[in-house]
Amino acid sequence: MKSVLNGTETGKQRWEREVLEPALKKAPERTGPFTTISARPIDRLYTPDDVAGLEYAKDQGNPGEFPYVRGIHPSGYRGKLWTMRQFAGYGTPEETNQRYKDLIAAGGTGLSVAFDLPTLMGRDPDHELSLGEVGKCGVSIVSLADMERLFDGISLADITTSMTINSPAPMIFAMYLVVAEKQGADWSTISGTIQNDILKEFIAQKEYIFPPRPSMRLITDIFSFCAERVPKWNTISVSGYHIREAGSTSLQELAFTLRDGLEYVQYGVDAGLAVDDFVPRISFFFNSHSDFFEEIAKFRAARKLWAEAMVERFGAKNPRSWQLRFHTQTAGVSLTAQQPYNNVVRTALQALAAVLGGTNSLHTNSLDEALALPTKETATLALRTQQIIAHESGVINTVDPLGGSYFVEALTREMEEGTKKYWETIDGMGGMVEAIELGYPQKEIAESSYQFQRAVESREKTIVGVNEYVQKDDPPLQILYIDDTAAETQLSRLADLKRTRDNDRVARSLDALRTAARGKDNTMVPLLECVRAYATVGEMCDALRDVWGEWEETPII
Amino acid sequence: MEQKIRVVIAKPGLDGHDRGAKVIARALRDAGMEVIYTGLRQTPEQIVGAALQEDADVIGLSILSGAHMHICPRVADLLKEKGLDDVMVVIGGIIPDLDVPKLNAMGIHGIFIPGTPMQQIVDYIRGHVRTRAAG
Repeated sequence: MKSVLNGTETGKQRWEREVLEPALKKAPERTGPFTTISARPIDRLYTPDDVAGLEYAKDQGNPGEFPYVRGIHPSGYRGKLWTMRQFAGYGTPEETNQRYKDLIAAGGTGLSVAFDLPTLMGRDPDHELSLGEVGKCGVSIVSLADMERLFDGISLADITTSMTINSPAPMIFAMYLVVAEKQGADWSTISGTIQNDILKEFIAQKEYIFPPRPSMRLITDIFSFCAERVPKWNTISVSGYHIREAGSTSLQELAFTLRDGLEYVQYGVDAGLAVDDFVPRISFFFNSHSDFFEEIAKFRAARKLWAEAMVERFGAKNPRSWQLRFHTQTAGVSLTAQQPYNNVVRTALQALAAVLGGTNSLHTNSLDEALALPTKETATLALRTQQIIAHESGVINTVDPLGGSYFVEALTREMEEGTKKYWETIDGMGGMVEAIELGYPQKEIAESSYQFQRAVESREKTIVGVNEYVQKDDPPLQILYIDDTAAETQLSRLADLKRTRDNDRVARSLDALRTAARGKDNTMVPLLECVRAYATVGEMCDALRDVWGEWEETPII
Repeated sequence: MEQKIRVVIAKPGLDGHDRGAKVIARALRDAGMEVIYTGLRQTPEQIVGAALQEDADVIGLSILSGAHMHICPRVADLLKEKGLDDVMVVIGGIIPDLDVPKLNAMGIHGIFIPGTPMQQIVDYIRGHVRTRAAG
């Protein structure tokens, strides 16, 4: 019980004494613990006492009004549903192109590109570390030629594309722009998103190439390039998803992600950009995990924290700088290899939490993803899950239906307060880049993930089909098996490319890239020329490795 | 005094998803084993080199990317080449059923998919590791 008003007993305290205690004497509660998946204790009842002190206009606001707890759109999903954006990619560009056409035919409303590990790590298929990885976790993109194949027959003027690419984001983005140009699409009107969030790579997913500071420079180069040339492009998707998948708590995901966002804004300002010129194109990407209300509170708190920080820390004047827009993906890490059909239910609940939290776009995982990349059938079922929430459940009829719930509002406030504490710690270290260099968020996450695993082992936390309700002999699932033909195709194409392109032009363009990297010129300009010359992702990244070196982390267990 | 079991935990390939590797490394350490975690992006040569240098009894590979059918044979071959046949290899990650018999044929029997209790991995290692002369 938090508030005792004027020393007198609150309604909740009276209820506990008069009603609850006698009831517990007769019938005690189960042992519990009654905690969220992030080990946050939850009270048995929330009443007006728990939200005492919250002022509606100041602390929540109506939808479309500062501080946007209840959403950034005045009409919620009555105006526009969230974008159903299913992340997909595997094998060759042609195979993935076909999957996109299937998803568009099934009613998907945006594309989302999954790249394979060599592409994500800026390595060509013939590099020794690419062994066995080409086309496995995503589509293999080596040069502009592959990007042309990937979007063949898909009009970039008419669809928005999200690309999950980080260290080589500038190279892949440059390829997208050149494909758009070749299709006759206007850079000033095309839209989409590059993930381009390097800080969470250092913190969690570890797909970094260059050290933190030159990596941040590549990002501010994109901010300023897009502000001038590609104004509708979302230049970064600041991501908590991977932080959560790496084992953080819900609060850590929220606090670290938003603090990453503040770091990008600060670097942009330090690079000479005006806040309201680039912040409106910053978007976010969160995880929706299994603890229903904790996730909803996280999404609601995120909007408020961002809006207030933009005003208080940066003096942003444009409401679009205040409005936090986010994509959500259901929690891959919650999927189980055991009894995989249970994953459909998990995903549906997580997706519902994201919708009730006001997500702007959503990816739902497929039931077979603890085993492999999804098949066409399971990917369709995942999309259908969203469509059922949108069209059958009725939750879209009113904006922020859980607003005013004592529990949800109290939890939203707890998330907000917890985030501010983390921010104080990180600010005290000098910022997120410094905190990462000290290993602070990495340590916090490693600790949380180990504690969670111990809770599962001790059965303090139940995972259905894994540590309770276990059954032997699950019927086998027909999974997508990716063989090595894509790797062979990509290797032979790479050899052909190097024979047929103008290699002098490639060498000159790579030299210009190195020169820009050493100096202060925007790296996007020489990168576009490298792309037009059909330089490979590996060659462009190597040119920057020559100048900046590679980052190596000290592993923290 | 019984010698501690020495385990090299490695992340081969390009993948950076190290949650599993780190959780297992810590669980094995808490179970009384000596754990050396190589960090990310190790080639099979580097992993076997680490096993040799560290006098490891066990190599634990964490692979989620689907590259296991390229990495495991290479590690198995290198161990044979270096005369380290008695070093046990276990693997954790996303391993389709289809590949299990092929991995078994390479001498890899400890295959742990997502959801495996940490204790089961500890018990497996204790039950199958080579027996060492008391040192």
